[in-house]
Amino acid sequence: MKKKCLSLLLAGAMVLSMASVGMTASAEEDTIRVGMVTDVGGVNDGSFNQSSWEGLQRAMDELGIEADYLESATDADYATNIETFIDEEYDLIICVGYMLADATRAAAEDYPEQKFAIIDDSTCSDLDNVTCLMFEQAQASYLVGYVAGLTTESNTVGFVLGMSTDTMNQFGYGYLAGVLDANPEATILQQNANSFSDTATGKSMATAEITGGADIIFHAAGATGLGVIEACTENGIWAIGVDTDQSSIAPETILTSAMKRVDNACYDISKQCLEGTLEGGVVTYDLASAGVDIAPTTDNLSEDVLEAVNEVKEQIVNGDITVPSTQEDFEAAYGDIYELD
Amino acid sequence: MDTIISDLGLVINATLIAMPPLLYAALGSCFSERSGVINIGIEGMMTIGAFVGVVVAYFTGNPWFSFLCGGLAGAVFGLLHAVACVSFGADQTISGTAINFLAPGLAIFLCKAMFDGSSDSPSIDTASKLPRLLDGVFPVGSFWNNVLNTYSAAYLAFVAVLVVWFVFYKTRFGMRLRAAGEHPEACATLGINVFRIRYICVILSGFLSGLGGAYVTLATVSQFRPAIIVGQGFIAIAAVIFGKFSPHGAMLACLLFGLCTGLRTIASQGNWISPNLISMIPYVVTVITLVLFVGHARVPAANGKPFEKSK
Repeated sequence: MKKKCLSLLLAGAMVLSMASVGMTASAEEDTIRVGMVTDVGGVNDGSFNQSSWEGLQRAMDELGIEADYLESATDADYATNIETFIDEEYDLIICVGYMLADATRAAAEDYPEQKFAIIDDSTCSDLDNVTCLMFEQAQASYLVGYVAGLTTESNTVGFVLGMSTDTMNQFGYGYLAGVLDANPEATILQQNANSFSDTATGKSMATAEITGGADIIFHAAGATGLGVIEACTENGIWAIGVDTDQSSIAPETILTSAMKRVDNACYDISKQCLEGTLEGGVVTYDLASAGVDIAPTTDNLSEDVLEAVNEVKEQIVNGDITVPSTQEDFEAAYGDIYELD
Repeated sequence: MDTIISDLGLVINATLIAMPPLLYAALGSCFSERSGVINIGIEGMMTIGAFVGVVVAYFTGNPWFSFLCGGLAGAVFGLLHAVACVSFGADQTISGTAINFLAPGLAIFLCKAMFDGSSDSPSIDTASKLPRLLDGVFPVGSFWNNVLNTYSAAYLAFVAVLVVWFVFYKTRFGMRLRAAGEHPEACATLGINVFRIRYICVILSGFLSGLGGAYVTLATVSQFRPAIIVGQGFIAIAAVIFGKFSPHGAMLACLLFGLCTGLRTIASQGNWISPNLISMIPYVVTVITLVLFVGHARVPAANGKPFEKSK
């Protein structure tokens, strides 16, 4: 009997620990309501989910829309969270991250009148009621590569990749192009950790590049990159962050970050929905639309570098510089020197 | 020749990065399993240790005290496991699984409560991290810097193996704990308190797992994240079985895992081999070693069986 009671108690504890957090919103007529579904990172993940919600908060302040979010504790919550917003008749549902692609597709097919937007996924672009928000990460990577090329003293920089996919390789093409345009003499050491969560491997790969002479390392590897940043801190060299302004993790080590401005994308899409101009298909956010950029924290950049990067930024926006984002474009311009694809 | 030496340095460095958390947790697992209590909850105990370690360091700035607190947090969950499994005779696998849900859940809940709803803790500064004794002695990127300039707690893990080995095989307590895992009834007949021994061992297993977790946030990286412990606890359990339930065997198994991580780093340079094949190295090497050299591991006879006095 004792055993049964205890099993029950422990099973109860398991259920409790998996419960998700929900919030509800009040309705009002003359405005729109935007619902945001996070991935398992939760709304305060210091990354995509958080910055999406910040964009919506800005939209609430400036555009007077109403917005709310539902956090997903497990993969199984995506569909139910989307369903909740549909039941409450939200005008637009924003799904944060490619992990929600399947759930978004299923819901969009079931409710063709409901409008959806999904971040970092283009597989749903064939559906009329889904807007896919994509980012030109090659451009942001080009800028940080340019910074690295100008800043390196050993003429050797490093790159640690999380996984070799077409989307992830865009980081590599942009970075290599940026480094070489700023510094044609530079050597670029490249490693593929093949994981977004293996901090130990990230750390030892960064150590290998440091041993090879790198004095700046850029990571596009999620949590694996934490290990990269740590190795850079321990060895007193620069690291370059990704996705968000990672300066807060290691203010003395992070030179700059290649940012995706998910907040701007969420703000824009809400605005379009409010004005009735929202269309399906793929919307790509680039430097010109302030969808990607280098980090606003520039404390570790020298005046000259900052000035040079701002110039390059303008040239990209003007179209004077075209940043390669595919294997063909990259190899046509720089040769087959990117090892990880 | 230079490349070989430098590569060797990198392999050792990678081993020293990946191995200590596994080793601490594996030593913990040894205690629990040898005393006759299966502890699947190592992973959860590591997670709570990782969280408490970094939070204490964030507020006090004292790395060794934080490391200890991480261990104690693991010990609390060890106590929970002991109460469930030793006193109440609950199913040990279920209790351990519950801890694997409960401890990370609690860590994330507390993290959100303490840091404005953020599931990542703020990162701690270098001074609050476990010390590296020879920092700045060797040039950056040199062989000796890669080999000797890692966190002192990494070297301490090897000392811990020696201590645990001594306790297991050279002390009366060690003999009793091994006996409790083989034939608790015989122990009880001789007047040994099996409950007390199992309690101590399960709490110690939580403590050592907590240290392993705290090592991750106080040395490997410098902040807590929800997915900071992903599978290390289970690898540690595998290492113990692989090492035939002895502390020195578990150490060799952990060493093998660590070396494989190092080989991955070397093998992935230049990307000649598919990264997916490289990721398989630790597991392939393990299976091959297991089949060719290790053979059958003998599980302690009373492992997983609750002990009831009345029987």
